[in-house]
Amino acid sequence: MTSTGRSVEVEWSEVSVVLGGRTVLDGFDLTVPGGSWLAVIGPNGAGKTSLMRTLAGTLAHTGTVRIGDDDAGRMPGRERARRLAVVPQHPVIPPGIGVFEYALLGRSPHQGLRFSASDLDRRRTSEVLVRLELDGFAYRSVDTLSGGERQRVVVARALVQDTPILVLDEPTSFLDLGHQLEVLELIAELRAERLLTVISTLHDLAVAGQFADVVAVLDDGHLITHGMPAEVLTPEIIANHWGVHADSVVDEDGSVTVTVHRRRPT
Amino acid sequence: MARDRWASPTGPDTSRLGGRWLAAGIASVLVAAVIGVATGPVPIPIWQVIRELADRLPLIDVDSSLSPADQAIVWDLRAPRVVLGLLVGALLAGSGAAYQGVFRNPLADPYLLGIAAGAGLGATIAIVARLRDAVGFIDPVPLAAFLGALLAVAAAGTLSTRRGSSGSPATLILAGVAVANFFTAIQTFIQQQNSETLQQVFAWILGRLSTAGWGEVRLLAPYAVICVVGLLLSVGSLDVLAVGDEEATTLGLRPRTVRRLVLMAASLGAAAAVAVSGLIGFVGLVVPHAVRMLAGTSHRRVIPLSLLFGGAFLALADVVARTVRSPAELPIGVITAFIGAPFFLFILRRQATP
Repeated sequence: MTSTGRSVEVEWSEVSVVLGGRTVLDGFDLTVPGGSWLAVIGPNGAGKTSLMRTLAGTLAHTGTVRIGDDDAGRMPGRERARRLAVVPQHPVIPPGIGVFEYALLGRSPHQGLRFSASDLDRRRTSEVLVRLELDGFAYRSVDTLSGGERQRVVVARALVQDTPILVLDEPTSFLDLGHQLEVLELIAELRAERLLTVISTLHDLAVAGQFADVVAVLDDGHLITHGMPAEVLTPEIIANHWGVHADSVVDEDGSVTVTVHRRRPT
Repeated sequence: MARDRWASPTGPDTSRLGGRWLAAGIASVLVAAVIGVATGPVPIPIWQVIRELADRLPLIDVDSSLSPADQAIVWDLRAPRVVLGLLVGALLAGSGAAYQGVFRNPLADPYLLGIAAGAGLGATIAIVARLRDAVGFIDPVPLAAFLGALLAVAAAGTLSTRRGSSGSPATLILAGVAVANFFTAIQTFIQQQNSETLQQVFAWILGRLSTAGWGEVRLLAPYAVICVVGLLLSVGSLDVLAVGDEEATTLGLRPRTVRRLVLMAASLGAAAAVAVSGLIGFVGLVVPHAVRMLAGTSHRRVIPLSLLFGGAFLALADVVARTVRSPAELPIGVITAFIGAPFFLFILRRQATP
């Protein structure tokens, strides 16, 4: 398996998005150092997915998104796809497609105009499937897999893309607790192996506190605050933006354990 | 699983065409060609047909011992019709597969964007205006049908686009439906005003593969080449497009460009096929689906196999159409539906029960 060698920085400057007359992202500024894991958190409708789409290049915006040293807006789509891979919140799985065939799609930006797969493409795909322990499923139809397995297949496609940046939009929203942790632990391992920069949205504060090393809070299109989990995931900030009462405990390694309390009638 | 039989060294995946499927497709075309040439009012033994056909191949010299009269039947009457059937079937099935891929909609067919209505209007105008009498050197009906079909597709494409950005697939389909209805309304009006040519118009619309020599084949061939080459070049892009526009973009594809190019190639082929054969239904919908169910959903398989099996299917359907009530002919669209529907249901049920 290849490692990309050098981790790549991502920067948004003055990025705004207007959808149907509504400003969903307003002057977003943030620099994510290469090799770190950014978790964007915030209530529903805060603009998290829109932010991911400005990075992926699938949403028109003003301002600049920089990937490494280059302006992403001036980058051909294929070049951008060689730098960042996206795990979408609701991936479209073509009916009847096999696991190997689906993961092989990740090689697309490395292929010619006809998108024909080389033996190298097939070998890379096989390596990733082995790494993610999906080789036993290689010729099963993706439709027939469980939710957790399917999510691993989508992650596999992103890894097959062999990019220095991984963009994850709510990668665990349909998984149970055990499978959520499994997927996130896998991404943490892969990040260490490949020096990946991970950009994710996470709706679960507890999960964000455990895995990310930069947390950014987005509310109503505005960047409220950002920093290390210990600085951001405080009871005050959680109460202000989610309206819930929570405790947070900073662990030795800098990760934060967030406990949310049920609101009881007074 | 059955698919594992098509194993390749680096993986038994369905994302390659695979030699066996290609061989099966070519074999079906050859079988259909031989049966098509052998069958007719004057029976010609199959082995003689094979020898006669093989004799025309380069570097092969065998004597079929056919009489000059039989040779004329083979080469001037039956072969052009069989080749026309192969081409029209291939174009309808191939463009159907492409439309279904581009729109990611299993119900898309080659007539979706108004091709049928446009061709119908063009042909009706040519028949009603008696252009056949006015223009001596070329049959104006296919030409008018071809232009009508392309006009309809162009209208649907243009009307679904605004402010420089090309519209979504759904907008394009709706524009196609609106254009088709509009063209059909004009066609019906013209038809009603000219009841004396009603039967001619209906005969054209029902579809047929009757030929006079190689003229129709020559007419169709250049468009067939463009369409087939265009579709075969785009199989990889169609596989990427299967994950939807947004994800395809993040994989480095330009969905709108791909969609436009594939639709142009497919529409050109379908319009040319309709122009020479009338509106033959069912082939463009059923053949690609049968291929998907049997061989897998990758366009690397679906497109080439739809071209081959579609051609074979229509050539065989034509054999039935011209023999069951010989010397009268049944409309070929009746046969394609009559054979195709039960066959399709058979595959559908076989797939549903594991």
